[in-house]
Order: sequence, then C-alpha cells, then structure tokens
Amino acid sequence: MNLDSKIPAGPLAAKWDKHKFDMKLVNPANKRKFDVIVVGSGLAGASAAATMAELGYRVKCFCFQDSPRRAHSIAAQGGINAAKSYQNDGDSVYRLFYDTIKGGDFRAREANVYRLAQVSVNIIDQCVAQGVPFAREYGGLLSNRSFGGAQVSRTFYARGQTGQQLLLGAYQALSRQIGHGAVKMFPRTEMVDVVVIDGLAKGIVARDLVTGELSTHAADAVVLATGGYGNVFFLSTNAKGCNVTATWRAYKKGAVFANPCYTQIHPTCIPVSGDHQSKLTLMSESLRNDGRVWVPKQKGDKRSSDQVPEADRDYFLERKYPSFGNLAPRDISSRAAKEVCDEGRGVGPGGLGVYLDFADAIKRLGEDTVRERYGNLFDMYEKITGENAYRAPMRIYPAVHYTMGGSWVDYNLMSSLPGMFVIGEANFSDHGANRLGASALMQGLADGYFILPYTIGNYFASTKQSKPNVNHPEFKKALESAQAMTKKLLSIQGKRTVTSFHRELGKVMWEKCGMARTAQSLQEALKRIPELREEFWQNVKVTGENNSLNQDLEAAGRVADFLEFGELLCRDALMREESCGGHFRVEHQHPDGEAKRDDDNFAFVGAWEYQGPDKTPLLNKEPLVYDEVHMSTRSYK
Amino acid sequence: MNLTLKVWRQQDAQQPGRMVDYPVAGIIPDMSFLEMLDVVNEGLIAKGEEPIAFDSDCREGICGTCSLVINGRAHGGQKGTTACQLHMRHFQDGDTITVEPWRARAFPVLRDLVTDRGAFDRIIQAGGFVSVNTGGTPDANALPIAKVDSDLAMDAAACIGCGACVAACKNASAMLFVAAKVSHLSLLPQGQVERERRVSAMVAQMDAEGFGNCTVTGSCEAACPKEISLNFIARLNREYGVALLKGVN
Repeated sequence: MNLDSKIPAGPLAAKWDKHKFDMKLVNPANKRKFDVIVVGSGLAGASAAATMAELGYRVKCFCFQDSPRRAHSIAAQGGINAAKSYQNDGDSVYRLFYDTIKGGDFRAREANVYRLAQVSVNIIDQCVAQGVPFAREYGGLLSNRSFGGAQVSRTFYARGQTGQQLLLGAYQALSRQIGHGAVKMFPRTEMVDVVVIDGLAKGIVARDLVTGELSTHAADAVVLATGGYGNVFFLSTNAKGCNVTATWRAYKKGAVFANPCYTQIHPTCIPVSGDHQSKLTLMSESLRNDGRVWVPKQKGDKRSSDQVPEADRDYFLERKYPSFGNLAPRDISSRAAKEVCDEGRGVGPGGLGVYLDFADAIKRLGEDTVRERYGNLFDMYEKITGENAYRAPMRIYPAVHYTMGGSWVDYNLMSSLPGMFVIGEANFSDHGANRLGASALMQGLADGYFILPYTIGNYFASTKQSKPNVNHPEFKKALESAQAMTKKLLSIQGKRTVTSFHRELGKVMWEKCGMARTAQSLQEALKRIPELREEFWQNVKVTGENNSLNQDLEAAGRVADFLEFGELLCRDALMREESCGGHFRVEHQHPDGEAKRDDDNFAFVGAWEYQGPDKTPLLNKEPLVYDEVHMSTRSYK
Repeated sequence: MNLTLKVWRQQDAQQPGRMVDYPVAGIIPDMSFLEMLDVVNEGLIAKGEEPIAFDSDCREGICGTCSLVINGRAHGGQKGTTACQLHMRHFQDGDTITVEPWRARAFPVLRDLVTDRGAFDRIIQAGGFVSVNTGGTPDANALPIAKVDSDLAMDAAACIGCGACVAACKNASAMLFVAAKVSHLSLLPQGQVERERRVSAMVAQMDAEGFGNCTVTGSCEAACPKEISLNFIARLNREYGVALLKGVN
C-alpha cells in the first residue's frame, strides 16, 4: 500500500493556509445533499458533528453512552494548551509546535503538528464564545497554568474539570443542531461494522444497545471519533466502556492501523487495591509540584512510612534526575517507579506503589496552603483509599492513560479507506510516541471544529460520488456478518466469563508489553494471546439474549476485538527495535538506563495492513521527514 | 464482608419488576460499590443467570452515568459522592442493602437499574446553549468577565447531569438540573442575548417531559454529588419570572 500523507508543498507555516485555499468547496445549497455519519460524541465527535451540521451537511451521530455528554473526554482534568501567548512569556505557534514534536520524541508528522499549534488559538476563542467558564484573573482575563514539557504558561483550564467543560461546550453546540433537526442522534447505539462499496466507505452497521436491533446507515462519508484503546490493558484510567471496536473493525475493512505500541503510562495513579479492581484513577500530575516521591532504600522494608528515618529513604527521582527532580516527564517517572518496585522496594499491598509525600510541603507551606492547592485531590484520594494524605504519604503507581497510536490518516484526516475519516485520540497523527499534558483536548477540538469540516468538503467536491443506498448487497452482507457474530457469541455457552478473559489479556499486556518491553516478553505475549483468543471462542460464557439490553453481550464483542488487537500491539512493539516516548525496549537503552532512539532505522510511522483472519499483517512504512526541526535527544537530567 | 442485597430486577420497560434478594460473600472494604456489583454479576454469570444491568462508565465521579438509589438514597447518601466513588468500607458486615433505579416518570426503567434519561438531553436541546457557530468568534480576551461571575457560573456548570436531583425529589422535579444550566449561561455575558428565550424554552421542555414541580424541600441539593446549590433554583425562578414579564415564551 502506498501511504500518501498528502502533505501540501510549501513552507511549513504556510501549508495549512495554502491548502485551505486549494481545497475544493461544496456550495451551500449542495451541502444538504451529503450525508455524514459521525461515530463517537466526545470532544472530536461532538465538535465535528455540530460544525458539519452548521455548515449544512446532514449528520447522523452515534454513541454507546446514554447521552453524548458522557463521552470519556469528560474526565480530563488538567487543561488545554493554546499558543495564545497571553502571558507575554515568549510563547508562539512555533514554540507550541516545537514542544509537541519534541515531547513526541520526534515520531510525529511535522505538518500536522504545526497545523495543530496554529488552530489551537481558535479553539480558545470558540470555547469562550460558547460560554465555557475557563478560570480567570481578577482583571477578568483568562488565567493560565504551566504543564509538563513546556517552559511557558499556555494551559487554559476550568478548575480540575477542563475536559468536562469543553465537552459540555461541544455537547451544547451538538444539542443545538439536534434540536434544529440538523443532526440525528443515536445514543446507546454501537457501531459494529463499516460498509465499503467499490472501495469507498459508504455507511455503517449499528446495534441498538437497548433492543439489540441491528440497523444499516448509508452516508457519503464516515467519521470515526471513537477514542483510544487503553482498555486492552483491562486496567487503565479510561472509562469502562472505552473500546477499540470501531477502529479495529475498520482496520479489517482496509483502514491501516498505525503505531499501536505507543501507549502512555501516567505516573500518578492510585494503586491497584485487589483483584476486584475495575479501573484506575488518575491523580493530577500537578501534585508532583510539591510532593516528593520515595521508597525505602532496603528491599522488603515493611515499616510504616513514619517509621522509616530520612537516612533509609530513597528519593529516587531527585537522585536520578537532579535538574527536573519530581517533575521529570511522564514516561521517565513511570519507568523509574517500576524499577524500584521490581527491585522489591515498592510500598503498600503487593509492593506495587511508591510514596508521594507532602510532609515537607506541609512543613514549608502549612497544611492550609497545601489544602488550598490540592484539597480536591486529597479528598478524592481519601474517598478511594480511605487514607488521609495530610497525615501519611499518598501511594501512587503508574497506569495506562492514553494511546498515541490509532488509525493511520493523511493530512486531511482521511484513513487509508477512502471516505472514512478518523479524528481525535482514535487517529495516530499528532502526538508521536508520547503526548504532552493538556494536548489531548487541543487535538480533539482542532480536528473536530477546524480541520475535518474543511477537508471533508474537499473529499465530497473532488470525488465522483455515487449516492449510497442501504439496499446495496454490501450492506446486507455486513448486517449478516454482524448477526452471525452475535449468534456465535451467545451460542458458545462455555465456562469462563467475558471479564475473566479481559482481565487475563490485560495482565499479559501489562506484564509483557507494559512500561518496559523485551523481545522475549513480547514473543511470550504473541504466543499467549492467540491461545487466549482461541479459548475465548471455545469457552466464553455470554448470558441472556440478543433482543434486549444485554451488557454481557456488549462486553463480549469488545473483548473479542481486544483479543485480536492486543496481538497487533505486541507485534508492533516487537518490530520497533528502539526506545522512544511511551515505547521502551529494555534492549535499547543508554548505559544510564535512558531510552535509546534509533533515527537511522526507525524514523517512520509503522502502519499495519490487515491480510485476513489468522494471517500476519503487512507492515507499511511512512517515512518521517523533518525539514524544520533537528532531531535531538530528550534529556531531563 | 458478607451482605444481603435487595435489588430491583425488571426485564424491560413493559414488564413489571420486583425486588430480588442476593446473599453476597467475600466483599473487601476497599471495593467500590460498583465493583461489589461486578463481583455479584460474575457470580451470577458463572451460575448461568443474567447479571444485574446497571449503568456506569468513567467510575471516577464525572461522567454522570451511574445512577443507583442505595438504601433509599440517590448515590447512597454520602455527601458529594457518586455511586461509583462510594466504597464498601462505609458499610458493615452483615448489612442488608437495597439497590433501586432512579424513580421518576420522566426516567422510564429500561432494564433492572438502567433508566432512560433522554429527557435531560431534550431539555438542553430546547435551549441550553449559546447559539454560536464554529469560527468567526472574537479573541477570547476581548471579553473580560469578572472572576466572581465566572466562578459562580463554574459552580453551576459543574453539574454532571446524573439525575440524582430528580431521583431524590418527592415530586421528581428537574429544577436543579435546569437551574444549573440556566444559571451557568445567564451569569456570563455570552449568554445574555438569548437569556429569556433560553429559560422559557428549557422550562417548557422540562414541563413537557413530565417532571414534577418544585416545592423547595432541598432534597436535590442534599443528594447532588457535585453539591450544586439550591440558590440556583432561586435564580432560575427569577430568570423565568423576568422572561414572563418581558412576554417571552
């Protein structure tokens, strides 16, 4: 397959403006002749659906939640980056672009990232106009905070609920269009397949999660805004419902999947408390501004934290990274925590935790100041663990948080399956091998408000379109295959629950393909996952029927996809014989334990092409060419 | 911990439901309430019975999906806490716990503990927004907003739309939900242009959905996991009154 990124010619800073002018337009009267399907209603999906409806397209939007307002974008805490330079501190579009490229460990596309930085500015204007209550200074202007990986203050926020407020802004814009009849909304409806006619995406098959009914929907273009695949690890900070089904089933219909091994592990999450654990909860990274991370020096030291004298403590981040200390970037901090736990020096039940200690901060600033800064986080910690972090240190451990990989898309956000666009976390395009804090919200809204609505028009205007029709045999075929899968799942009636398979898969993924990966561990995973998948299809027990609300059946379909996808993730991790960003191969490190990137051999996007069931997928490479920036080594010592 | 659960089971919206007893063993105090239900469901599936259907998603108290009435209290009655953030350490070994869905005519039960809260979406669709299209908006700092107003708007905007206010209200009134959105937007300059039209349309839709009237008992505020203040209902009444006086409806 020839992966043409379609990056416009010309100087970096002028590409997007020139491209906007070069793209063909659909005249306003003709827009209402085009149907667009949007799957997903998070920041990317809701903003895209609303904006396209405003332009005049006929939009159908689908989400599996009971309301579009509940998509997992809502859980983002920290903020959204934008190159507004309101703080007069030297920020610029170019600096945001550079920080993002560097933060991504030089594995993202220059032109996409530059465009992201450019439109970041418009996002803030748009959200304020919608009434998003961003934090403000007493003078009435917007407030900013700084975030990891940046030396300027460019993060806009709404308390610790920025994702919620941005999503509600997009949800309200979407609701307005639903009210006008310009968007038809399908809540509690899950996409189960994409329909391809003559090589073009022309619609979807969807399942009504209340009645179990399958329906077909034809459209001139399909947009996937279905989020990331972090739940392949079972335990992650993602919502319970997050899944890979849409992009995975599209992959099987020709949309190649890029860089699945780039997964972000967030260092400050509440540790696992037992085998019953259903998800993990993130504690904002801002805690590391005042908390000190440590473990006992001696392995197997079972004393409670207050009994360990200063001399017996190892403040390992301060020791290893003296210039960044406790504020070392996410990937580096996570790995360091794993190392000390692997050495047997972890704390808490199971030894999988490190202390985040505020005793010094309380001594220095007083408890009231600490409460003012982090009170809500201390409360949340107490809700979950029952422990008071003003008295004893918090225990934290890294957890899967975000996935940089996703469906491959070109500069126009179109996948390798023409007519299918992929936006937000579901695509691979902007974060390279590691995402910086406060950039996920920026990318979701950039794609949905300001990029896709332009590029989709160009696709309509420049492609000879035959009007899609649900009576086409391809729709019937896709419908029948979806029916067959449901029937199969319900007919196995084996001995193991869906969740037990998902948990086991997650354990394999975390242990063999988590924070540190080796060729051997990956080969073990590549052996175990197909066995587990085989067992799933022989021995899974799915209760209930198809024609009613059946959460067990919903989960079964998603886990079936994770059992295939997990293998691709490991395959990609095995192929990438280097360490970069969220992907750390133990074989490839500097003598001091830092990641060793290999730009000579691995400066490419690895995009996997489906070859059929049980066939090894084909690797396609899109070379990454850097015209503007010099590929340097990240150092935080 | 060993517990007895009394859970509302209902096949679908058409058929009548009933409370069913489930003895539960081996619960750990560190489990969340929903993880306890996960354990119960794993046991039911293993026995070939259908698991208890309940809604949840983020499990960190922000998406507003989970919706359980626990021992007669929406979200279990712990201050400022959603059911997903409620942990078993707040219960005693040997407890009997009742678990029911939101009870309100406007929120029909779809199955077991799952209800249809589409009425909330339709209220927002009626007017809970600022009518701006994407693009062409002025620079964000061109519109200074007093911090006190912005902070108060944020207090209201923190609503997660879970519906606990409706479930807790003896009249199944949606006033706190509507008040939160009306207040959020009417406190900000961006919301002024459509101020009267918005409140009028949202209240009309609220009434059309079959929610009850507000008798200001304050049970909504007590049950709200985001602790949205009853003061916003006073604000909603004022906004609505002004709209009426101006003849907007």
